[in-house]
Amino acid sequence: MKYAAGIDVGSTQTKCIIIDENKQIVARALTDTGANITRAGERGYEAVLAAGGIAREDVLCVVGTGYGRFKVSFGDLQITEITCHAKGASMLFPDTSTVIDMGGQDAKGISVQNGEVVDFVMNDKCAAGTGRFLSTAAETLGLALDEIGAISLKARNPVRLSTVCTVFVESDIMSYVAQGKKTEDILGGIHSAIAARTIALVRRVGLKPNYTFTGGVSLNVGMVKMLEEKLGAPLNVSPDSHYMGAIGAAVFALEHAMSTAAAS
Amino acid sequence: MTETHYQGKLHHLQKELMSEYYAALTASANGSGVPAAYLLIGGNPVELLRAFDILPVFPEVNALQLAVRKQSLPFIQSAEFMGYSSDNCAYVKADIGMYFGGRQTPFATIPEPSLLLCNYVGCNVYLDWFGHLAEFTGQSAFQLDIPFIRSASGKPSKEDIEYVLRQLHHLIGRCEEITGRKLDEEKLREAVRLSSLTGDLWAKIKHLTKRTPAPYDAYFDSVTMMAPLYCLRGTPQGLEFFETAYAELLAKAEAGIGPLEKERFRYVIEGPPPWPHLRAFRDMFSRWDAVAVASTYSTVGGLWEFGFTHDPDHPLESIARHLLEWNLTNRNFLQRYEQIERYLEEWNANALIIHSVKSCRLFSAGQGDMREYFTKRGVPTLLVESDLEDPRYFSEAQMRNRIDAFFESIAHRPIREGVTA
Repeated sequence: MKYAAGIDVGSTQTKCIIIDENKQIVARALTDTGANITRAGERGYEAVLAAGGIAREDVLCVVGTGYGRFKVSFGDLQITEITCHAKGASMLFPDTSTVIDMGGQDAKGISVQNGEVVDFVMNDKCAAGTGRFLSTAAETLGLALDEIGAISLKARNPVRLSTVCTVFVESDIMSYVAQGKKTEDILGGIHSAIAARTIALVRRVGLKPNYTFTGGVSLNVGMVKMLEEKLGAPLNVSPDSHYMGAIGAAVFALEHAMSTAAAS
Repeated sequence: MTETHYQGKLHHLQKELMSEYYAALTASANGSGVPAAYLLIGGNPVELLRAFDILPVFPEVNALQLAVRKQSLPFIQSAEFMGYSSDNCAYVKADIGMYFGGRQTPFATIPEPSLLLCNYVGCNVYLDWFGHLAEFTGQSAFQLDIPFIRSASGKPSKEDIEYVLRQLHHLIGRCEEITGRKLDEEKLREAVRLSSLTGDLWAKIKHLTKRTPAPYDAYFDSVTMMAPLYCLRGTPQGLEFFETAYAELLAKAEAGIGPLEKERFRYVIEGPPPWPHLRAFRDMFSRWDAVAVASTYSTVGGLWEFGFTHDPDHPLESIARHLLEWNLTNRNFLQRYEQIERYLEEWNANALIIHSVKSCRLFSAGQGDMREYFTKRGVPTLLVESDLEDPRYFSEAQMRNRIDAFFESIAHRPIREGVTA
């Protein structure tokens, strides 16, 4: 069996995927990117090869994506995560028309047709609506990032945030804590504010169902529910949504390997 | 990357002539006795100054020259230290910082002004800029009030033209006071005649990029020609430059030579360049074999390619028309759309890039709507943002990510076409 790999070197984490010739995911690896981006790509690749028990020579092609894509020096191609998220989302959910991606520092809206990007929009120099905003909120409340989504679902009287600024949200939260507001209501307000901001961003490429939610924040059940409520439509979410960029990169790698083989 | 990096005669002549121009500025600063006028690029009436042998000084050109040489930040910071806001136009801050830094630049010593000619007042920042310069230099500012184009036809009214002509007569009076001599009408006609010939050549150069491949990049290479267009227009040297440039670029067009080895994408671009990062920004397009075939920025000073020409038989009226009708800055938004539509169609372009700049709210406001307008018409359109002067507003990774994703999206199935970026 031959394989193809996608390596998504993101700002916070490096996601690696290996697929087989039938586009089935056979291995995944998630590692922290850290300060050494070149090393992050290599380390992630070694981890995913080990996870799948796959030999390096059996991987026909490697595509790098994410901000660190040009540091994936052993890769055959580099493709932006925007194109890769669209590709990955369309592989897992072929009817996808809009991808909502919320990562560590990026929030994106991607309009998709037949797996290809029609239009896209991203946050610009502002981390509102990203994973970083949520991790700041979690830290301020003394909670783990992966538990705040579930807690937010219990909100009955969500607070109204005065800011969606990642820096100033901390004082906003502390003010509500001082007022004795319940943690779930504060988190409900946070998730509501961020969902509204993200939808406003994605609206610029058009809000067209069917929606696929990707990126690390897609693992947050509170954010999934809040986006669904505000959009009035369900979101496609896969347990692998966090890996969507790497999945897309792996599909591109496989297509490239096949077209190269066909040409020769 | 496949850029050819040619340095032709026009580049050498540009350097030579601009060096002479800057030497004249330095000489004026050192007491040569030649008076200098500060004026703005938008529809600049430089011909009138020629008639009085007054040196034109463009604070915008000086500011961008500082930025290209990566010298702008200390001046910007010094203006911010004086109290200018971080949100203020960085051209203004670089200019004010440079003024208080002794008017010393790596290319010239900028002379004190004998005239502050605020020839474009559609931007309140310009009014304040020249107002501040008036305070700092002790010269009063002459505000030429140029009415915006308000009609659906895109034409100024008869009253608009008369209104501007009356002001031009006042301006002549001011120039007569400064120089101590009467307007030499023959000299004005000659300057306008030279401008007319120069403008015609510039228009022909603009039309050359309709060819495939385009013989030069209408954004990144046009800027080489824009400095002579403003600083030397209305002089024999300016005409000589454009004769040389046209001959050279025509020869390249005839030979099928472009700025890149391969021309894959032809785009139109709106907005000024990020001057402090010009090379990096250009590379982001070159690596996709993408060539700008038209740019709105190159029409800020004048829009010659759609039929305008100065008229030596009606010198003042043609200067008034240039100020009112035939420059990008004074045009309404629908006219800006129409201009881009013509470029897309007649210059056979397949994409639109909008580079929005934080410094210029007047010019950048509405570009989000512009993006939607063209996207809805099926034109792949990318809006990116940085600044024209302040190097701190340029994030290379973010900019490159957007540009790469944009070209990936219009490359249609990039892998099957073998796009490897």
